[in-house]
Amino acid sequence: MSVAIETEGLVRRFGTRTAVNELSFRAEAGEVFGLLGPNGAGKTTLVRLLNGVLKADAGRAHVLGCDPQTQGDALRRRSGVLTETPSIYERLTARQNLHFFGTLYGVPEADLARRTDALLEQFGLHDRADDRAGGFSKGMKQRLALARTLIHQPDILFFDEPTAGLDPEAAQQVTDLIAQYSGADGRTVFLCTHNLDEAGRLCDRVGILNHGRLLAVGKPDDLGRNLWDGQWVDIGLTAPPPAGLDAALMGVAGATQVQIKGAALAVQVRDESVIPAVVSAAAAAGAQILRVTPRAHSLHDIYFKLQAEAEAS
Amino acid sequence: MNWRTIRAIALKDWREVRGNKMAWAPTLIVPLIFCVVLPLLIIVLPGTLSNGEAGDMMKDADLELFLANLPPAMAASIAGLNESQTMIVLLLGYLFSPLFLILPIMTSSVIGSDSFVGEKERKTMEALLYTPATERELFTGKMLAAVIPAVLLTWAGFAVYTLVLNSAGGVVMGRVWFPLPHWWVMVLWVTPAVAVLGMMGAVVISARVKSFMEAYQNTGLLVLPVIMLVIGQVAGLLYLSVLVAFGIGLVVWLIDGILLLFALRIVTRAALMGADKGA
Ligand SMILES: Nc1ncnc2c1ncn2[C@@H]1O[C@H](COP(=O)(O)OP(=O)(O)O)[C@@H](O)[C@H]1O
Ligand SMILES: [Mg+2]
Repeated sequence: MSVAIETEGLVRRFGTRTAVNELSFRAEAGEVFGLLGPNGAGKTTLVRLLNGVLKADAGRAHVLGCDPQTQGDALRRRSGVLTETPSIYERLTARQNLHFFGTLYGVPEADLARRTDALLEQFGLHDRADDRAGGFSKGMKQRLALARTLIHQPDILFFDEPTAGLDPEAAQQVTDLIAQYSGADGRTVFLCTHNLDEAGRLCDRVGILNHGRLLAVGKPDDLGRNLWDGQWVDIGLTAPPPAGLDAALMGVAGATQVQIKGAALAVQVRDESVIPAVVSAAAAAGAQILRVTPRAHSLHDIYFKLQAEAEAS
Repeated sequence: MNWRTIRAIALKDWREVRGNKMAWAPTLIVPLIFCVVLPLLIIVLPGTLSNGEAGDMMKDADLELFLANLPPAMAASIAGLNESQTMIVLLLGYLFSPLFLILPIMTSSVIGSDSFVGEKERKTMEALLYTPATERELFTGKMLAAVIPAVLLTWAGFAVYTLVLNSAGGVVMGRVWFPLPHWWVMVLWVTPAVAVLGMMGAVVISARVKSFMEAYQNTGLLVLPVIMLVIGQVAGLLYLSVLVAFGIGLVVWLIDGILLLFALRIVTRAALMGADKGA
């Protein structure tokens, strides 16, 4: 797999405040990479640095093989950015907005009208195409902004809090559209958000940012495993467990904790390889096993644990 | 420089300004006052006053001093004219020519403010900076969006002014007498320079303010040099001959050049974005 984004020791300060602090990470081509962090963590600043619209104070970055600082214009031709505020020209119509940005991104005149129409259609703006965008609802503006970021068929997409401030329905539409366009054509997506459900649904890997520092990067599942010692396994039983089950389970090498609540049994093991031994021990002790589910840590658990640790240190 | 990009930016800005009544309403009212209302007043008023009053006006001590000290070429242009005719030539033929520069400077600075601060204020600048348009293309597009309408508006105003001065004014003057030679230089050479100056002023002011209204109020300062030219003329320090007009144009173009160097440092992605604290 090739690398879409790579940074090393990236730093950006504003006065005495360090917005992006010694940031090093990479995102593979074709993946959806989520950057999670509270307001002021440095997400927007990072997007600006990665697109060369802001200068870094130290470190280096490569996006699609370009150095954003020196090859910004070439990079921006292949990159689409959905900014935090919709950045729609409210005095222009939806069509004029798309046409304008398409021209600036160098879409050939011959393709532009067709592409504009297709996007307006797909984003449900067709019947309002020639109305001024100023009269649009927030959700429509955001969909128009989304269409704008796609007009030049970019190889990499940056979404900066795409659903912030939208009502659930509009947010859902935007998330659906992002899901639809993310997978397509091996396009890389860099998604900044503090909406963890959205990140959980869309992202292959996430980075967790706090005060400009990356606290962790990885697949949500891997992050969970690294953060907590051991792995919890939920074992569903058809009947209350036989007496002595907990003692039998604690006898398994690698099992560290057992909880029994009615017909619900939970066992903490060192790692996944211990699970088969736990299952046979339980069966041998007479437990009627219905299902076995290794417990995944939700992105919520991961996020809040990391943020709390960072604040504490 | 990609002219397709530049054209798109200029057209977009122009469309946007047309949507901002606050921006363009004054740029239509002021020319109307300058090119039609004031000239008509000056032409018609002395005629309606009794001869005595007009005569009194001409006997005002300051004015007499002014007339006595006229540069020879200017004195020659009013030699043999009666009092009303002298008034018309001095006021509309000479005093008004620097005043006319208010049109290009006001128009271009208002459009320039709308296109720079307006874009910051309405939070559309960021998306623009993410496009591959180069800083020079952005700047040139915005420059053309301000300067072309400013120059065209001034030329249209000049055409109307000429018409008024030769029709209504022609009755008093008894002939087609306008434009005087230096007007051509003012309109063709100085006007574009001043339009560019208004735009540059707007760029520099825009870098320091947050809203269109604030920029709009500050661009009022740009009219000061024009007022100084008018005062210079009234005080008899300056006589707008073809050569002087040419010289004024040259000076303004030079100032434009210096401001351009300054503006190109303000209109960079890093400077525009670095000043934005985000949402
Ligand atoms: N142009 C700027 N000038 C001064 N401080 C800034 C500027 N841009 C961002 N910051 C500061 O940098 C930090 C990170 O901001 P930002 O990248 O917008 O965070 P996020 O997008 O994660 O909310 C914040 O503390 C913010 O106040
Ligand atoms: Mg942000």
